[in-house]
Amino acid sequence: MRLEYFQLLDRIIDIDLSAGTIRTEAVVPMESTVFEGHFPGYPLMPGVLLCETMAQTCGWLSMAKLNFTRMAFLAGFKDVKLRTFVTPGAELEGHGQLLHEGSGFTRLRCQITCGGKTVCDSELSMRLMPFPDDTFKTMVLDRAKGLSFPFAVLEPAESTEANNA
Amino acid sequence: MSSTFDTVANIISETCDIPREKITPESHAIDDLGIDSLDFLDIAFAIDKAFGIKLPLEQWTQEVNEGKASTEQYFVLENLCARIDDLIKAKGA
Repeated sequence: MRLEYFQLLDRIIDIDLSAGTIRTEAVVPMESTVFEGHFPGYPLMPGVLLCETMAQTCGWLSMAKLNFTRMAFLAGFKDVKLRTFVTPGAELEGHGQLLHEGSGFTRLRCQITCGGKTVCDSELSMRLMPFPDDTFKTMVLDRAKGLSFPFAVLEPAESTEANNA
Repeated sequence: MSSTFDTVANIISETCDIPREKITPESHAIDDLGIDSLDFLDIAFAIDKAFGIKLPLEQWTQEVNEGKASTEQYFVLENLCARIDDLIKAKGA
């Protein structure tokens, strides 16, 4: 995790497109400028960043479902629950489940766990739109590689294109 | 049509916190009810789920952007409900 750069995930563990599921992992850093303010002497992972962790988990699944032909943007949360405090060094696992694939949007359920215990969960909507430009798409695919995205799960043509990007 | 409208109106009322009595078949979802595009995703999700269909939002948006259709054709509620009925029929065909 690099909180300051909104890089909330470290790795995509697996994606099952037929089941519509994804698992991700991330370790909360021991130090971050975020903790200087949240809170001085009592560092806690901000709830909004836990929400962003869920959004990124669901975003990768949404993009994978469409073979990276669309960019996923967060559109909404429903029934967010923050169930426990998350502190530096926590090893988090994200679990996303596709509930509905609409026209230009997805609806998903996500939870973040730590040591098997749920720390937060929500239902999310992602809006799926064309990439603003090729540079943006290349940046996203590079980030996917950095997260060990399992490109083999994609359709063959897109998998090759993504690996060559 | 009327039961489709009632279902859609109830969805809009609950999703966007709009008094049910303000929602009529002649209401334009965007211009009259003030529903924006992100709000409409929640409505589309609820409509898809309620009727077991997939509203072709991307196609509609493209047609409007290209000037091939007006927003009234898709977002005035009586027209939206007619489209929903067509999609339900097509699903059952």
